[in-house]
Amino acid sequence: MASVTLKGVRKVYKNGHVGVDRADLEIRDGELIVLVGPSGCGKSTLLRIVAGLEEVTEGTVFIGDRDVTHLEPRERDIAMVFQSYALYPHMTVRENLGFGLKLRGMPAKEIERQVLEAAEMLDLTSMLDRLPRQLSGGQRQRVALGRALVRHPQVFLLDEPLSNLDAKLRGAMRAEIARLHQRLKTTMIYVTHDQIEAMTLGERVVVMDKGVLQQVDTPMNVYEHPVNLFVAGFLGNPPMNMFRGRLIDRAGPQLEGEGTSLSLPKSAESLLRTHLEREVVAGIRPEDFYRERTSPTDIEIDGVVELLESVGSESFLHFRYGSLPMIARIKPIRLPAIGERIKLHAPEHKILYFDGESGKAVVI
Amino acid sequence: MKRSTLLVNAMLIAGAIVVAFPLLWMFSVSFMPRGAASAFPPPLLPPEPTLENYRELFSRHEAWRYMLNSALVATFATAIALVLNTMAGYAFAKLKFKGRERLFRILLGALVIPAQVTMIPLFAMVKGMGLVSTYGGVIIPSMASVFGIFLVRQYALSLPDELLEAARIDGASEWRIFRSVVVPLLKPIVITLGILTFLATWNDFMWPLIVLTDQKMHTLPVALAGLSREHVQDNELMMAGAVITVLPVLVLFLALQRYYIAGILAGSIKG
Repeated sequence: MASVTLKGVRKVYKNGHVGVDRADLEIRDGELIVLVGPSGCGKSTLLRIVAGLEEVTEGTVFIGDRDVTHLEPRERDIAMVFQSYALYPHMTVRENLGFGLKLRGMPAKEIERQVLEAAEMLDLTSMLDRLPRQLSGGQRQRVALGRALVRHPQVFLLDEPLSNLDAKLRGAMRAEIARLHQRLKTTMIYVTHDQIEAMTLGERVVVMDKGVLQQVDTPMNVYEHPVNLFVAGFLGNPPMNMFRGRLIDRAGPQLEGEGTSLSLPKSAESLLRTHLEREVVAGIRPEDFYRERTSPTDIEIDGVVELLESVGSESFLHFRYGSLPMIARIKPIRLPAIGERIKLHAPEHKILYFDGESGKAVVI
Repeated sequence: MKRSTLLVNAMLIAGAIVVAFPLLWMFSVSFMPRGAASAFPPPLLPPEPTLENYRELFSRHEAWRYMLNSALVATFATAIALVLNTMAGYAFAKLKFKGRERLFRILLGALVIPAQVTMIPLFAMVKGMGLVSTYGGVIIPSMASVFGIFLVRQYALSLPDELLEAARIDGASEWRIFRSVVVPLLKPIVITLGILTFLATWNDFMWPLIVLTDQKMHTLPVALAGLSREHVQDNELMMAGAVITVLPVLVLFLALQRYYIAGILAGSIKG
């Protein structure tokens, strides 16, 4: 087990595309950290840099206190699970699991013992003599995991390991990976574009966009205190409602935009000092809307219901405020009719503010 | 619908007969007594089947010697060609090195040069190396071919990069990756290339004729040509010679055709 430290890591491809830009990150010993972002954000590149499959253009990579920047993958003592599983198709499960140990010159008896141990942990004992093509997707994924953990590496790297599985299996495997991490306490770096995986698995989450680390924090902190508009919009499903407007003072702070105006609560008055006459974005998550007022300081929004989606435990209410389409996630009781004009309330402390130009969060 | 199926089948059967007839008649004639095939109309089956032609081939004309020579040349050439073409094809497909694409384009460009054009300079080279009238001189030019490299490369391109990366992370050296992961997965194309190379070297007439001056070293096709000059009228003996030339490669092809078809289809159907 070891920590992983990236210092000023930068990757520029031959065509000039910047894959990763000045990444500084310290992953603690035994931590499960999740790199999340849209496709092409550089998260897989960063993982491959740690693996040694991509060379850095600038910067250094440490595993423990060893500088591995220029070491080959096999000299780094890491194991990786690939999105496509990448099992050796001509080898049985047993051979797939034992290949890495064999290459290290481990005696056959010891290999067999370790393979059996890993197989037991992952419930693969009955299929040790099968070929990968005779396994289901979930079983293949478990073999890929087994191949990684049988080696007892210092760091596990997982590159979208669940994205080829169906939704139900994905949930089960997610739990299995969490359980494995609990048990092994090995440092894990997990790459995904799925925010549910990121939120549920990660002890910390790294949100990336355009090759830049946007925010590194615990899942709840990233969700509740996003540092910029990108992070705010990326995490959360349905996404955060964002009202963009010019801040004016009309007996209190008010945003003018989207063909209407939004009165901001008293707590936002400090914005008048910093952002008067400038663009500000107010963000409200769909679950922070209520049909009834919860406190006198709530802000009030009204709109016409355009669509209702009920998923049993909750309903998504699509409505339009001015020209801005918004979504509220509400309890499915006394639902309004489509076309009905409704009033919704949001607690003042749940509203997030962002600078309209830089996109950075403004703390009030 | 049914009529069109019938039509297609009829055409295929007709085609098969056209292709198979000369081959089958060759077998038939090789068992006929001397002069029987020249009768008019020519008989389809031997009136009195005899092994006389084979006996004469192997006793008087020492056909076993030429068979052995051919087997030696074809086996060595195929073995070396497989090693070199597979390594080069894989390297062009998956390994990163400077000038890879340019070098490959130059190689492909060489495909348009007809073999006949290269024969005289090639002979001069072989002569320079002192390999005229040696098996080495016959084998060396077929040790690596652009076509073979191209065939392997196209197949190797379909190997997922992640597989090679997984092996790299598992701790395998490049050589080990090639041996333990790449070669087993290239099996269909390696077998296909093996059949094609064996066929080409076994059947090759021109180059062994040029290089091998000692008659005792001749390969089957060369010896057979010599035989036909001596025995212009002796069709039955010639056909027996043709049978022993064709039979080994036919057997090899039939034994490995399952892999051969898998290799040929590899480009079109991604497995």
